[in-house]
Amino acid sequence: MSVFSFVQNFPWELFLIQTLNGVVTGMILALIASGLTLIFGIMDVVNFAHGELFMLGAYVGVVVLAGSGSFWLALILATALVGIFGAAMQIVTLRPLIGRDPLTTILATFGVSLILQNYALWQFGPVARKISEPITGQFSLFYLEYPYYRLLIAGLSAAIIGGFWLFLKYGKYGIWIRATTQDRVMAQAMGIPVPWVHTAAFAIGAAMAAASGVLFAPLVAVNHTMGLNWVLKAFIVVVVGGMGSLGGSIAAAIFVSLLEAYASIWVSPSQAVIVSFVVLIFTLLFRPTGLFVPTPK
Amino acid sequence: MSAPDTSGGPLVAVDGLHTYYGKSHILHGVSLTVGRGEVVGLLGRNGVGKSTTLKTIMGLVYPRQGRVLLEGRPVTAMPAHKLAKLGIGYVPEDRRIFRLLTVMENLRTGLDRPGVTEARKRELLDKVFAYFPVLGERQNQAGGTLSGGEQQMLAIARAMMLEPKIVLLDEPTEGLMPRMVTQIHQIIDALHREGVAILLVEQNVPLTLEASQRVYIMEKGAIRHHAPAAELKVGDAVIKQYLGV
Amino acid sequence: MSKRDKILFWGGFGVIFALLFVSPFVLPPFWQRFLTEILIWGLLAMSSDILIGYTGMVSFGHSAFFGLGMYGAAAALLMVRPANLLLALACGLIAAAAVAAVVAYFSTRLRDIYFAITTLIFSQIFYVFIFTSTEITGGENGLAFRRPEFGIPGLWSVPFTNEMLHWFVLAVVAGSYLILRRIMHSPFGMVLQSIRENEPRTRAIGYAVERYKIAAVMLSGLFAGLAGVLYALQNKFAAPDFVFFLISGETIIYNVMGGIGTLVGPVVGAAAFLLLREFMGRLFGDTFPYLIPLGFIFIAIIIFLPQGLLGFMRRWLNK
Repeated sequence: MSVFSFVQNFPWELFLIQTLNGVVTGMILALIASGLTLIFGIMDVVNFAHGELFMLGAYVGVVVLAGSGSFWLALILATALVGIFGAAMQIVTLRPLIGRDPLTTILATFGVSLILQNYALWQFGPVARKISEPITGQFSLFYLEYPYYRLLIAGLSAAIIGGFWLFLKYGKYGIWIRATTQDRVMAQAMGIPVPWVHTAAFAIGAAMAAASGVLFAPLVAVNHTMGLNWVLKAFIVVVVGGMGSLGGSIAAAIFVSLLEAYASIWVSPSQAVIVSFVVLIFTLLFRPTGLFVPTPK
Repeated sequence: MSAPDTSGGPLVAVDGLHTYYGKSHILHGVSLTVGRGEVVGLLGRNGVGKSTTLKTIMGLVYPRQGRVLLEGRPVTAMPAHKLAKLGIGYVPEDRRIFRLLTVMENLRTGLDRPGVTEARKRELLDKVFAYFPVLGERQNQAGGTLSGGEQQMLAIARAMMLEPKIVLLDEPTEGLMPRMVTQIHQIIDALHREGVAILLVEQNVPLTLEASQRVYIMEKGAIRHHAPAAELKVGDAVIKQYLGV
Repeated sequence: MSKRDKILFWGGFGVIFALLFVSPFVLPPFWQRFLTEILIWGLLAMSSDILIGYTGMVSFGHSAFFGLGMYGAAAALLMVRPANLLLALACGLIAAAAVAAVVAYFSTRLRDIYFAITTLIFSQIFYVFIFTSTEITGGENGLAFRRPEFGIPGLWSVPFTNEMLHWFVLAVVAGSYLILRRIMHSPFGMVLQSIRENEPRTRAIGYAVERYKIAAVMLSGLFAGLAGVLYALQNKFAAPDFVFFLISGETIIYNVMGGIGTLVGPVVGAAAFLLLREFMGRLFGDTFPYLIPLGFIFIAIIIFLPQGLLGFMRRWLNK
């Protein structure tokens, strides 16, 4: 096949659309993974329930939307409520485990994830809910149509992540979080109330997951298993991006999502997830500290 | 500086400390005191438990037996962050500055406390930059890019941000050039003049004897000797016995 | 173990074995099958205990080993006529071992948390493969087959009734327990335990820690696959749900509830969990989300009773 006919036959429009889709999904994934990375980086906890916090956010969004009709109120309330729940969860199940084998926290958060999943199933039933996009309509890209809402998701996610980054860099409590992440013991010796910093960080991570849930809800079916798929992808992204590295997670999220989106052109979406597995294996074999971490430590 | 204390006893006292790391019995009944504004030295070879004693006072490690008293008040079970707010500053062995934070951000971890006005913060910063001009120059550099000596200065400066009543100094001169050792000596003297108490853990005998008013000597997890610094000289039998120099 | 301990142990073992042996004559069919299933899940949890309790590695990969054991047996039973029990066993074990080898190779180079996550992801990789390869594996519907005759082909065979199956399962599980116990008390097992206690020190002494870990994963995978084969024989079908990582999660719950590092504890944990589930279903109805209270119990055990139900016996069982 000549180069010319290759160029002619290549599904360019599809490629373009998938690039956009990949970026949109990537930003949501980045938002979820950022919360996971924050929690892991600061307190060495692998939060198995993170996907369920995402799911919980989506459901709270559904309920608030049904009650008030405002998507934006749903977003704000879901983020706040799940953030508070996250703080409570950390205080009740994770604080008693400080100083124990870190694997106990995986088990404890796994237990919470089971509880949340089944609670959602019990309260809302197995049938998925749908919520409608707050902004409808599409815009024209060349001769294609692309929904505004998807771009809004990407923009909002980027804004949230950006805001979080600014908070970390310049906020007073941002310094506390960074210091505690680097050296928890010395942070304590400097008067930083580390147990509360941990609780706050967990709450922030939970809030970010919930926000992703609400933002993404109009695109997919909201049901009790939606967390499972995302938590897996988020873990892969965190490992590929370098555990504990915020920038790495974000880069990895977009990278993996783009690859999956492209793969979906040729294979079915349920098979496209294999892409993320391949990337993970590749990372483990050749750059186990993370593909996007500058120097292997 | 904090309000004058009226209790009249020592600022910090530890009494019969037995601390364990897992199954290892590190401290065997350590007792010592540090008076208000006093510089007290704690000498001993590697591994005898000097750092552990400091960590126990700082609330980073809890003893199985014994008490820690601050201004007469038992604080044995208090977590480190509360003790820091009560006026204990800690400068650990190997400095442990926050490598990814800038010099300024390192200082701010101690500076951002409730009840400190912006004016006071500015005063403290000016004071510390007067003591350590190099830190002023490198304000916005990441802590990890500083040299060993500069990191030591930052570690001390950072503790000073807490306006402590006592500073626990763990081997501040380790790995430093002689010129820097002199600088550390000057800083200790300066802090002493301000009325800050210091518990100085060191292996450098001459420095300790010159800078301290009283000296304890530790071996194998217990205090073996205690005397005013004026009564001890480098080369004394007791120094040779416990420190081998 | 002292003489007295030995008598206690074998005495206890004998009594329990005898009770389990006569159960087909005593219990109604439903509870009979229930008991057999407890033994099978117990074997799976036992295999997981090798990693969690003895080597100190939390693995979410057991669903892959279990599931592939199940599918391997299914393949043998479907493709070779007449259906051959030994072949099913062999295929199941080989499939599980192969999966274990792959997982071991990639995961053991990582420590703790990264190991756990990687094993989980591998479970999902196998799940996706099985789920989507509908022509080979039956996709989401799974595979159904018939139970083979019990016996040695060509020489002698009897129909494989539920009673016979129960005795077969009992023999396999009891035998596995004794074998694993023997292995864990051997020098090999001692090294594994030393890895759990203090990995850097074990490495410093000179043991090739990675090799031992790989061996532990393979051993664990083998017995998990065996459990898969037994499950296939009992239920006569294989489905991708059993490869989903939640199965590993439930197995770990059995481990923690029963007591890690005891080998029997996990079996007790499985029994406790399954019985609680059954009773809750009966008391509150089928739609009751039994996993909610069980989840709370699980978390409470982790926080307040980390040694698990049989944890107090751990020292004694390992003497």
